Amino acid sequence: MNNLLLILISAMVVNNFTLFYFLGLCPFMGVSGRVETALRMGAANLFVLTITSICAWFLYAFILPAAPYLRLISFIVVIASSVQIVEIAIKKISPALFRALGIYLPLITTNCAILFFAIQSTNKGYGFIESLFYAWGAGLGLTLALVLMASIREDSELVTVPEVAKGTALTFIIAGCLSLAFMGFAGLLSAS
Amino acid sequence: MRVTTPQQDFTRGIWRENPVLIQMLGLCPALAVTNTVVNAIAMGLATFFVLTGSSLLVSTFKKLIPNQVRISTYIVIIATFVTVIDMTLQAAVPDIHKELGAFIALIVVNCMILGRQEAFASKKPVGRSLLDAAGTGIGFMIALLILGTFREILGSGSVLGFSLFGSNFEPWVVFVLPPGGFLTIGFVLLGLNAYRKRRDERATALSPAVPQEEAA
Repeated sequence: MNNLLLILISAMVVNNFTLFYFLGLCPFMGVSGRVETALRMGAANLFVLTITSICAWFLYAFILPAAPYLRLISFIVVIASSVQIVEIAIKKISPALFRALGIYLPLITTNCAILFFAIQSTNKGYGFIESLFYAWGAGLGLTLALVLMASIREDSELVTVPEVAKGTALTFIIAGCLSLAFMGFAGLLSAS
Repeated sequence: MRVTTPQQDFTRGIWRENPVLIQMLGLCPALAVTNTVVNAIAMGLATFFVLTGSSLLVSTFKKLIPNQVRISTYIVIIATFVTVIDMTLQAAVPDIHKELGAFIALIVVNCMILGRQEAFASKKPVGRSLLDAAGTGIGFMIALLILGTFREILGSGSVLGFSLFGSNFEPWVVFVLPPGGFLTIGFVLLGLNAYRKRRDERATALSPAVPQEEAA
């Protein structure tokens, strides 16, 4: 249990996917304008990560030992098709949720965080449960970073910034400061 | 669609539509592995290889690829090339491969590569697609080199492993760590913005009557 908690916390804050590994930067820059959309994007990511962790574990345990060189190709194909299947299923089962997630669901296929997660979790040799916790940690971490960023950006609309700093330059510098702050969590793991 | 010369196809990606600094594509590898110049070069070369290889294949087979499944086809083609370069690097330069880690595999989801296939290679002849891919690949490499050089000089006081300032230099460690990546690209973009603003101002000051033709 302790081990699982460690995986969760480590993926969520210490090795945060966005602020430590630079993953999922496109949505991070694109949809972090408002807190509400940021939350939805985070939820969609969490959802897809959970599905991917199950699929990746099955592939890793049963198919890939026979053909290790197919790892990358099979992962990306499985991720792409599972996102599509999930999309169709949600549309049928819960149109409300489908509308809430909107365009973000299909976009997640090309989000590097998902593929990185699948590779990393098999590299570390995680079992089924461990991989599931890793997925939740990663998903919560992405959500946390997105929401923090969105809150800061909502506030920064109200202040005057120099003309040249407007737009992506400012966003990156804010992200740098957030990332600096998150480095403080590194002590959390060595202490425990 | 505007007609472009082969030269334009090649040079466009290098600076004016630089994938990282202007279009903001492929940011994840551009920030993750640029803590040293060597890593930046390795990543740049790997991406260059994958980009030109897949542009060549996609453009050759564009008539055979059904429109409905074109994205998945591109992804599988790209993933094949990435697997090739992944194994090659692992065999040839195991140290660098270890340092780049999973980021070599992540070339698959680099939106810059998929973007070039969708926007260019799937419509244009083979030669043009190769030129376009080469230009974009070089542009990507230049951006990586800029970031890598800044970060290595500030973060460890060296370039390509050679020490620049002697033993008295206290390295600004934060620049080889993740926050440094964000800050470096933030300040590079800031500099570019300031440069562009000044250039525009100067252009309008010199020729107030002639409307500036916007680079599209």
